[in-house]
Amino acid sequence: MSAIRWTVTFQVFRKKGEQASHFDEFKLEVDPDEYVLDGVERIWAFHDHSLVYRHACHHSTCGACGMRVNGAEKLTCITPIRDVTQDGGVVRVEPLRNFTLVSDLAVDMGVMYKHMDLVGQHPVNLDTNEAIQPEARPAGPTVDRPDYLRLSDCIECGLCVSACPITASSPDYLGPAVLAGAQQGGILGDAQVFHLVDSEDGVWRCHSAFECTAVCPSFVDPGWRIMDLRRQVIAESFRQLFGGSNPKETGSKEASK
Amino acid sequence: MSKPKVIVIGAGFTGVATAHDLALRGFDVTVVERGDICNGTSGRTHGLLHSGGRYAVTDQESAIECVDENMILRKIVPQAIEPNGGLFVAIDESDLAYAEEFIEGCNACHIPIVELNSKQALAMEPNINPKVIMAFTVPDGTFDPIRLALAFAATAKKNGARFRTYTEMEQLVIDGQGNVKGIKIWDRARDTHAELDADLVVNATGAWVGEIAAHAGAHVPINPTPGVMVAYDQRLVQRPINRLNKPGDGDIVLPQRRMMVVGTTSYEVRNLDYVPVIDSQVKLMLERGEELVPGISKTKPRGVFTATRPLIGSGSSGRSIARTFKCFDHKETDGIGGLITITGGKATTLRAMAEKTADMVCAKLGIQAVCITKDTVLASYRDFYPNN
Repeated sequence: MSAIRWTVTFQVFRKKGEQASHFDEFKLEVDPDEYVLDGVERIWAFHDHSLVYRHACHHSTCGACGMRVNGAEKLTCITPIRDVTQDGGVVRVEPLRNFTLVSDLAVDMGVMYKHMDLVGQHPVNLDTNEAIQPEARPAGPTVDRPDYLRLSDCIECGLCVSACPITASSPDYLGPAVLAGAQQGGILGDAQVFHLVDSEDGVWRCHSAFECTAVCPSFVDPGWRIMDLRRQVIAESFRQLFGGSNPKETGSKEASK
Repeated sequence: MSKPKVIVIGAGFTGVATAHDLALRGFDVTVVERGDICNGTSGRTHGLLHSGGRYAVTDQESAIECVDENMILRKIVPQAIEPNGGLFVAIDESDLAYAEEFIEGCNACHIPIVELNSKQALAMEPNINPKVIMAFTVPDGTFDPIRLALAFAATAKKNGARFRTYTEMEQLVIDGQGNVKGIKIWDRARDTHAELDADLVVNATGAWVGEIAAHAGAHVPINPTPGVMVAYDQRLVQRPINRLNKPGDGDIVLPQRRMMVVGTTSYEVRNLDYVPVIDSQVKLMLERGEELVPGISKTKPRGVFTATRPLIGSGSSGRSIARTFKCFDHKETDGIGGLITITGGKATTLRAMAEKTADMVCAKLGIQAVCITKDTVLASYRDFYPNN
């Protein structure tokens, strides 16, 4: 934080129920090192208590505060105002695209959450990071799997889904977050997940724009994971073509254990 | 006979856990929350699943609550918990002098600890201060705040509870005898107003309980006490690192996904809706955090945030107030029927707070129903949305 003060204009997307949408402007004096979410929170606290926005952890671990800021997807709790505008400039905040709008800046991510479950993405994963020495690892779930459990990198913020040009034109596309989840959960042990990933709304719909990877605030790199899934799907399809047995039909996966 | 109607105000940890318990006990439950789930203090926790070690000397009632509830949460909501353990480390002579009290306290509170020498501690956590003299392992953990709350909320919803998020309580509805009969609400997402009636209203608004209770002329002895936390962009430790000493500022470094969070401080505020970050405290977090994990100075701050604890008490301030929770029946404290308040406590004790609150609801409404939340594994947090 600094002693410098900027005057910036927040242009905030507004929509209530069936009313038409519009933008409201709020002129704020800010510390440029404050985060965009701090500005939004101050607008709610001191200027307009009807503003609806989603937020919880304020340190990039919950994924609730994703918005479009001056046209780009940002996790607003870790985006300094300095990074998106200048003194006297504009901060235009809009809800994420490709989700159902709740009101103003809040969207409903229920569909993405459901698909994450469907492909077996588990919020607590085994950590197999070899940079961490065995004696430094907390105990794993079993003697056979000494890798320890760690909260997943993906925070389900939806930035990748909002930024994806394919999701915008193909609403049934599973989308980058879910495909990255499938890659981490493993697709080869479960026929249902394999077929879902191999379907027309799965990995083949992606046009490799890599917008997902560009906006991901949590080091998941969905673009790379989708390419890796394609390799896995091709290799498995060849294996089956030459007489390998199909993946087991186990129903939806519970966890990546 | 129709189910008794209970309105819970607030969908932070206490509110969602209370809704879950009440739904299991057969009540008709409506939760009213002005934001989305966990948008006040609960969301902004550093995410430490307390082993109780932090309070084993200074506040044993809280310590026992923490260790007992820690073990229960590991069973009922593993989806939101990284069970990584934790260390209490002694860096200087003052820490070392605290060790004996710490061991006694942990034994008295049945907190399982294992003593490590300097070499063992450094093997376990190579990035902690190499001056470490001794350490103790404890069953701490890291939890995911929003998913912990969503799992309770999702389960409550499956059992019939309704969640009216983005809905602010505007007024308590009070009858001619001064008793609370319901609430007036403003749905901020649709910009509509309505009135809900209830047999009982539970005020579960954490640091804001005083403001809500004041609508009925009731009083709650609450000391809203914010603290600053700083998230850094690298994970140099694999489990929470606590300073082996009396609880103080910046004496916990907690791993959270690929980050570390250093917390926290303790001060007082007037306006709870926006608590500014205090620069000197951010600096203090770095200095104190470095004493535990020297590499922090080579990482970058990723997020700076404040959270306002709902501490119960009056007169004394900050660190000296117990971290335990309390349920207030405003019929007894203020002569106002139909309203109870639950506040205080910690994220780790959310289930126990809900149990005590639901017990009071049952007693007040003459309902016989036992608490089964200790043994009820929660539904997936992903089942909460879509809401409404």
